[in-house]
Amino acid sequence: MEENRREDFSKGPTPRKPLLELLWFYAVAACIKLLLIPSYHSTDFEVHRHWLALTHSLPLSQWYFDDTSQWTLDYPPFFAYFERFLSIFANIVDPQIVHLQKGLDYNTNTVIYFQRITVIVSDLCLLYGVYRLTKNLDPIKRKLIWVLVIWSPALVIVDHLHFQYNGFLLGMLLISLSYLEEGRDLMGGFVFAVLLCFKHLFAVAAPVYFVYLLRHYCRGGFVRGFGRLTIMGSVVVAVFAAAYGPFIYHGQIQQVIRRMFPFGRGLCHAYWAPNFWVFYILLDKGLSILLRKLGFSIKIPTASFTSGLVGDSSPFSVLPQITPLTTFVVVLLALSPCLIKAFKDPQPRKITRWVAYAYACGFLFGWHVHEKASLHFVIPLAVAAVQSLEDARHYFLLSIVSCYSLFPLLFEAQEYPIKVLLLLLHSSLMWLGFSAQFDKGESVKQTGSKSKRHVQKKGSMTATGEPFCIRFVEKVYLVGLLVVEIWAQFLHPFILGGKFPFVPLMLISTYCSLGVMYSWIWQLRWILKPATN
Amino acid sequence: MKNKVDLDNHDDASWWLIQKGVKAIFLSISLFALLIRVAVSLHPYSGAGNSPKYGDYEAQRHWMEITINLPAKDWYRNSTTNDLNYWGLDYPPLTAYQSFVHGLLLKLFDPDSVSLFTSRGYESYFGKLLMRWTVLSSDVLIFFPAVFYFVLAYFSDNSRFRKRDIAWQIAILLINPCLILIDHGHFQYNCISLGLTVGAIAAICTDKDLVGSFLFTLALNHKQMSAYYAPAFFSHLLGKCMRRRKPIVEVLKLGVVVLGTFAIIWLPYLHSVDALLQGEDDNLFIYEITSPLMRLLLARCILESTPDILHHNLQTHVLHQCLLHHAIRDQVMIFPLLFAKVLSRLAPFERGLYEDYVANFWCTTSVLIKWKRLFSVKLLKILSFTATLSTCLPSMLQQIRFPSNQGFLCGLLCSSFSFYLFSFQVHEKSILLPLLPASMLALDEPSLFIHFLHYALLSMFPLVVRDKLVQAYLAIYALTFLIINALNNGKQKRGVFHSAGVLFGCCLFCSLILHVVYLVVRPPERYPFLFEAIIMLLCFSQFIFLLIFFNVKQWTLSKAVPQMHKQKLN
Repeated sequence: MEENRREDFSKGPTPRKPLLELLWFYAVAACIKLLLIPSYHSTDFEVHRHWLALTHSLPLSQWYFDDTSQWTLDYPPFFAYFERFLSIFANIVDPQIVHLQKGLDYNTNTVIYFQRITVIVSDLCLLYGVYRLTKNLDPIKRKLIWVLVIWSPALVIVDHLHFQYNGFLLGMLLISLSYLEEGRDLMGGFVFAVLLCFKHLFAVAAPVYFVYLLRHYCRGGFVRGFGRLTIMGSVVVAVFAAAYGPFIYHGQIQQVIRRMFPFGRGLCHAYWAPNFWVFYILLDKGLSILLRKLGFSIKIPTASFTSGLVGDSSPFSVLPQITPLTTFVVVLLALSPCLIKAFKDPQPRKITRWVAYAYACGFLFGWHVHEKASLHFVIPLAVAAVQSLEDARHYFLLSIVSCYSLFPLLFEAQEYPIKVLLLLLHSSLMWLGFSAQFDKGESVKQTGSKSKRHVQKKGSMTATGEPFCIRFVEKVYLVGLLVVEIWAQFLHPFILGGKFPFVPLMLISTYCSLGVMYSWIWQLRWILKPATN
Repeated sequence: MKNKVDLDNHDDASWWLIQKGVKAIFLSISLFALLIRVAVSLHPYSGAGNSPKYGDYEAQRHWMEITINLPAKDWYRNSTTNDLNYWGLDYPPLTAYQSFVHGLLLKLFDPDSVSLFTSRGYESYFGKLLMRWTVLSSDVLIFFPAVFYFVLAYFSDNSRFRKRDIAWQIAILLINPCLILIDHGHFQYNCISLGLTVGAIAAICTDKDLVGSFLFTLALNHKQMSAYYAPAFFSHLLGKCMRRRKPIVEVLKLGVVVLGTFAIIWLPYLHSVDALLQGEDDNLFIYEITSPLMRLLLARCILESTPDILHHNLQTHVLHQCLLHHAIRDQVMIFPLLFAKVLSRLAPFERGLYEDYVANFWCTTSVLIKWKRLFSVKLLKILSFTATLSTCLPSMLQQIRFPSNQGFLCGLLCSSFSFYLFSFQVHEKSILLPLLPASMLALDEPSLFIHFLHYALLSMFPLVVRDKLVQAYLAIYALTFLIINALNNGKQKRGVFHSAGVLFGCCLFCSLILHVVYLVVRPPERYPFLFEAIIMLLCFSQFIFLLIFFNVKQWTLSKAVPQMHKQKLN
């Protein structure tokens, strides 16, 4: 991709046709994704196929009642409408895809190609989002962001290998953010409301949106403010009515909500997302072992995390139980500094970071968080990554960690080189991009425009200055990542054989959660920084 | 001056990715190239699930099975344990050794996949993966370093080239869609012999002729098809030697290196060569062939005493190719007649003049002239040999007279092209051989290279369809041209391509249409291979043009050198 990117850069008249260029980035990525079609896909593939069949064969009133398959519809209505829309084409391509019973676990080439291609095409939404968000930046920064977002290895792993539609949804988030950054709050709010009706997990940022819109959009006196609040409110209500209206009409709203929020699933996913609760669980384990050594009788819980069971029976032996309500309160608490800042001084140029921070909080402290949710803050943060050296450093680390934490999603041997290469390529691109970006800035500053050419040439020949470098601790951490991977993939099975099968995954998620915690603290510090710059 | 300004404008937007130096560029591009390779390797291989003969994948796997289970001397011998009719080993020993090493790896992880007899037609998820990874590792261990070496060697005087151009050069060498499709899709190990050739070229470009001839001998011993390059190597090295103070000594040095390499590689077979040749091992004179003269004698023996055995026996045939070929390499000037005879034996004759629909002269003209029916195999051999030799002779002469790096690359292209177009028994896959030097010359003739790449891909299309790799083909086709054209945009279209732009445009359009037609339309019953024939015609017309163009270019090179320098200075 490097290659491509370089090419692209070298495409002389690039600044004049940004959209064409962006399409070029997209096309290159699409080719790679097309090549990757025969790879492994998770059960999410069948989930989405079943939803195609379900929305196509059943009337709307039965969508949230159907349980032909265990993969019941648990996304909000807009996503169901989206599936209904796709099912029209699916029916043309191969009617068996949308057959409710005959289609179950249908796994031929037609359905694989069809669904994979819908993901690739729906990525156009991401393309538009990132285009809107970056169209006023200077060409170099813009391209770097495009590389970070459009060629994001995490998105390729989750959407195009594992199979989901995150690119499309994140695209909508970026569109919404771009409207907010432009100051078009009403549109921003509208798009965000639409997004919430596609996937409710995005609601974590709703408090930030609410506070920001309240203070930024609904300002200027009581009357004007109230008027604007009414407008915004009615827009949001209209969006929700469009989504949920039909179900309210059928009197099924309770059923819809029950399907959408399955709280019975437990605090952590089978593979622990690298978040705060990992430490909590580990502390609990450590304490229980310690106390048992000291002679206390500790009851071993029936549903242990390490045995990979997912359920809502109590898994903790010493520490207090965590309920959905606890996580909710913790998330709100973590969010509060950001909310206060947004309330005091709602600035459009900070909204992207605030929203990203909100998703980071949701990821770290949320209930039943999936590791894929790290995309929700990594992708928006890419836009902020080019703003300063510190940002770049932080993003470099974060994006590697978050991508690495997705590795367990692809557990089959066939995809092993793919995920490793994706990550390596991404890191090398980031490294090149960031170092060139900050190199250049410095050389221009130092030497002025006259000798700029000379300096550049020299820099390009010898690569003298190295302003972009990560700190020692970060380097050690990244090397540690390598060690963890080698242990988990090769040494553990080789040395310990089948014993402690949960240890590799536990190790990965613990180690990654260190990185994510670091990123969260970094973001928090950035938010708390006095607004001098 | 204009050039410089141009360069700066580009640099404003683009320099940052290439500012870290050649190593960083190479690293990133090779990661990308590897990603493509891995992605292509997800797709089916040739003959997947197609019993009883399967395809090249099964052939390679079978060779691993044979080499790790039988002693080396039995590898090429038909026996109860080694049925040569079932994918018998018909490549030189280096391939066998490579199969042996890979076979050991497979045995370590998946013993079933290489067990003798029982593993025939073995196909499994893990087995496929391991096989794919052996190709991948060969690529990483041989082809990539060779390309890196070449880039360092060829661009050693950095000042003349822009970084962007170097990056482009790396990209087209590493992201060669044909090579990727054949190696990682269809399943072969071309990356090894081509990688060794690239290494040899790099060494020769930096005047390390001995290393170069060593590497090329290895390439030749991995795949006899590398002999397509032999005339160019031979003529260039000869030309260089003749310019030195003691030409004879230089030639002898090269001869010793080549011979020594051959001797080492053929060590397990040396004692039984005679047995192979005559069926009885009464005299072991091969031991003595350390001098060129002795080798020559051997070659003549082979040619004159045992012509018939050649046809029947696959193992002797392979042996001959290699032995005779290296005999040629230094002795041509002394015995042109012998050379002629020897060269004519380089192709596997038992399969006929051509196979399937390959875009070469014989196959294309067979639409009008039924070569196979009109002439005997013997006559055809002479015909094809004469045609091949006469078409690569001009470029050889040029290199003997004015050896230069640029001319060497042109010579490689011309000789491999004339072999592709005129020699006996050529396969579609052989287009990889001319494509390699063409991609090395791509910086001089970017548009022409792109043009060539289109038809090289098209000429492989029927093969790709047979292998069920259409989707990978289309994706990689698009990807390659996205990458190549993005860079090439900034450049001026020059030379022939520009003046005949419309014509080329039409041809290109036809080729794209042909892809669709070939996939969608069913050919009429009377002419089931109509579209193959059209594809072949179109490709042949372009290839023959390229051959002529590069021959002319090579000959004008010696005159144009000062001019070119002038342009660069401007």
